[in-house]
Amino acid sequence: MAPPPPPQSGTTPPASVVFDTRALNRTLRRMADEIVELNDGTDGLIIVGIQRRGVQLAQRIVSLIAEREKVTVPQGALDITLYRDDLQTVGPRPVVGPTIIPVDIDGQHVVIVDDVLYTGRTIRAALDELADFGRPRRIALAVVIDRGGRELPIAPDVVGKKMDVRPDQRVDVHVNELDGKDAVILAPRTPE
Amino acid sequence: MTAPLGKDLLGIEPLSPDQIQLILDTAEPFKEISERAIKKVPTLRGATIVNLFFEASTRTRVSFEFAEKRLSADTVNVAASGSSVSKGETLVDTARNLEAMRIDMVVIRHGASGAAHFLAHRIESNVINAGDGTHEHPTQGLLDLLTLRDHFKRLKGLKVCIVGDVLHSRVARSNIWGLQKMGAEVAVCGPRSLLPSSIKDFGVTVFDRVDEAIQWADALNVLRLQLERMQAGYIPSLREYNRVFGISRERLERARKDILVLHPGPMNRGVEIDSDVADGPFSVILDQVTNGVAIRMAVLYLLSGAKPELAEQAKGGQP
Repeated sequence: MAPPPPPQSGTTPPASVVFDTRALNRTLRRMADEIVELNDGTDGLIIVGIQRRGVQLAQRIVSLIAEREKVTVPQGALDITLYRDDLQTVGPRPVVGPTIIPVDIDGQHVVIVDDVLYTGRTIRAALDELADFGRPRRIALAVVIDRGGRELPIAPDVVGKKMDVRPDQRVDVHVNELDGKDAVILAPRTPE
Repeated sequence: MTAPLGKDLLGIEPLSPDQIQLILDTAEPFKEISERAIKKVPTLRGATIVNLFFEASTRTRVSFEFAEKRLSADTVNVAASGSSVSKGETLVDTARNLEAMRIDMVVIRHGASGAAHFLAHRIESNVINAGDGTHEHPTQGLLDLLTLRDHFKRLKGLKVCIVGDVLHSRVARSNIWGLQKMGAEVAVCGPRSLLPSSIKDFGVTVFDRVDEAIQWADALNVLRLQLERMQAGYIPSLREYNRVFGISRERLERARKDILVLHPGPMNRGVEIDSDVADGPFSVILDQVTNGVAIRMAVLYLLSGAKPELAEQAKGGQP
């Protein structure tokens, strides 16, 4: 476990591995357990991943819950692009992925799954979008990495790892389905 | 690449295959929005869109209006009758006056070919062509492509025959250009009097007999026969047209094959298409209508980001 980098001084540290495949898998297993614990079982539980990496992570969590609890909880996907608060300024229209909410979420316990929690703006958009599908009894947030730097009053309920990341660094969560490997990498932010 | 489609959507002819692909792919997630309990996303909140319809339209206007409202835009409909257009105001003056009220987009249908193009080069707002004379009807062409792609899972190599009044049809032109750009083979079939004399220049096969067209095609796009064409002497009678070029169930059954039937509407049942075809198993006519809303949402979404970069150029245009 690397110590958190010092805030805002000196040059950007080089890329480093935060989680390898086994560490990410262990973390997801613990997160799955915590989600079930939080919900006091699997009744009424719906796991919703945010496009794109969140969808694969949600799938993993659903499988891990199924291993342990012998119950496959409903899984959804949310693309928040159309609910972003910066659409008027981002320039090219971002590609919109599918949104799939397979069951009625009224009165259910929805757990939003995403890879990295940073400003909180994605989660704000996700909350708005979920509200258009119904009124869950509770919405919780599970993230693999909480990197700090919130710009909105949003807090996660289940966290894989909390770390202070400098603004000139980025955290990339890689999943096998899209990236060919499972890993969490801390890297310098490449100039745009 | 800040504006994947540029400022305006004036036709399919100027689009690249990549741009068409982008519109079709973008339309996919928009289909789901119309299936939600709350059929609305906040994407175009605060944008004002004017639907400027100089020709009668129900389907296209309502479809655009749904698309706009489901993206949370504010919309105003202006019809030529009952507006200052009937008092002799020019198109540019109408549009500039609307623009002075701070609008963001104009959807225009006009009887003159090139009207949307003319307007697009003179106002800052995004302009979407909803049908200009006998030139193009790009969103109809795109929704036809989407409907075909939904069904066949591909467009490349698909054989599509456009049947009927190709001469006066903006839908035919948009379809021919769109299908060819996406690698489909296109044919037309209709009375020679209703095919453009330059039809060969479009690179399409021409069938004189509709039975041959059915044998050849994977899909038929059946065009509306406007009743005025008979009075103008293009065809002898509607009944004869139906006998020679009408799509009937007997004709399709005789071909002993699966074939998809599209129609842009409004239909003249018993003229270019018989009721048992329009309502039959091969018809995707209502799927086209559903897809129309998704395609228009995709176009509005893709154009909406383009305004600041391109508006300046348009302002310099001549009145």
